[in-house]
Amino acid sequence: MLDPAHGGADDGARGPNGINEKDVVLALARGCRAELTLRGYRVVMTRDSDSDPAFQDRAAIANQSPNAIFVTLHVASTGTPGTVRVYYDRESSPYTFSQAVAPGAVGAPASPAQPAALSTAAAAGLIPWRQAQVSFVAQSHQFADLVQAGLAQKFTSSPLLSIPAAVRDLRSVAAPAIAIEISNISSPSVSTLESMSPAIAAVIAQSIPVFRPIAAANSSPTSGSTPH
Amino acid sequence: MRKGTKIALAALVVALVIGAISFVGLRRRVRRLQQEPTDEQERQAVIAPPISTPTDVEMTASIYWAAGANKTAPVQVQLPLSADPVQRARQVLQALITAPPTPGQRTLPADTELLGFYILPDGTAIADFSDALATETPSGILSEQEAVDSICQTLASNVPSLRRLKILIHGQEAETLAGHIDLTGFFDLNPASPAPATAAAAPGASSSPSP
Repeated sequence: MLDPAHGGADDGARGPNGINEKDVVLALARGCRAELTLRGYRVVMTRDSDSDPAFQDRAAIANQSPNAIFVTLHVASTGTPGTVRVYYDRESSPYTFSQAVAPGAVGAPASPAQPAALSTAAAAGLIPWRQAQVSFVAQSHQFADLVQAGLAQKFTSSPLLSIPAAVRDLRSVAAPAIAIEISNISSPSVSTLESMSPAIAAVIAQSIPVFRPIAAANSSPTSGSTPH
Repeated sequence: MRKGTKIALAALVVALVIGAISFVGLRRRVRRLQQEPTDEQERQAVIAPPISTPTDVEMTASIYWAAGANKTAPVQVQLPLSADPVQRARQVLQALITAPPTPGQRTLPADTELLGFYILPDGTAIADFSDALATETPSGILSEQEAVDSICQTLASNVPSLRRLKILIHGQEAETLAGHIDLTGFFDLNPASPAPATAAAAPGASSSPSP
């Protein structure tokens, strides 16, 4: 699953030379789709025009596809030109709403208390949209590290390890999910950024067959719940 | 000595004297300008006056600014820090916004204002920033993550009783900071920390909104 971020009225990052992130990532995604299709992968894009699906709608496409891997593409405003970073979702500690607001709860140890609606949903085997990625963070981290290691060999000065971050695009995806961000939008021409797509696609393609058996052996999602 | 040479020497002496006088005047002017506050300093003095409390003690604070590609690093700064966690958090966040050592180390837009800061009884901090944080932070995972990291690391390092942070933009929950980093959730600060002592007071007391 390839997700060209932004689109429509949402330009994303805007460069001084009139380049918009939404256009570059769409071209990047199309380039990656061509490369991956040639290598035998079935590729679905969350958008193939200047549209802006909601985060949930993009995630829904991945969540309805068995064995999907979600890759969202971005262009940074900053960073060393020609470098690429891979992100996976950063988990935060569970928030205990009732303890946060309850009088007299000061100093009490954290409890697993949740708002009633969340507890009911969890009991019914449902998970909130924004927490769909939680069960897949370990797998996403594994895949992100594989892709980052491959990209570091192709794009000098890129990090060797992937980075955890609270990327909104990843949070509603109930599948292994990573964000790839290239630097940067200040590039003098779109073609410079677009020319990175074959190498990115090649690394993704090489990482998937390595990742599948590792993910199957090391971890499995804690539940088959569907975000609601 | 020929007459022409004498005239040339005299002209040279006059030029040297004028140059020396001008240099002294110029030097005085540069010194005067250096002592005057810059426009940025005057603007910050108006929109973000220094926060002082009765319990302030001059201490070393670790403020996290940008440090090269993809990371932030602490800089030791001498600041008057309050014993009240709410006021102390406001003091270090104000330093983070207004006093980066160099422009290249800035992680938050200069126009950003901290509109309010609260602490809930369980150690959850809520920082309410002005619109400038969302509208002027460069869009991108890298730049937005750097902004959030600098806020979280600065708070975690200087106010150890804070467990997690919620970032609001102008009093509202924002879906993302500038299109990428999710602000609907919480950011871990010191998750294992015991709840802060000031939380014993009602949220409306010591955790009251900051002006």
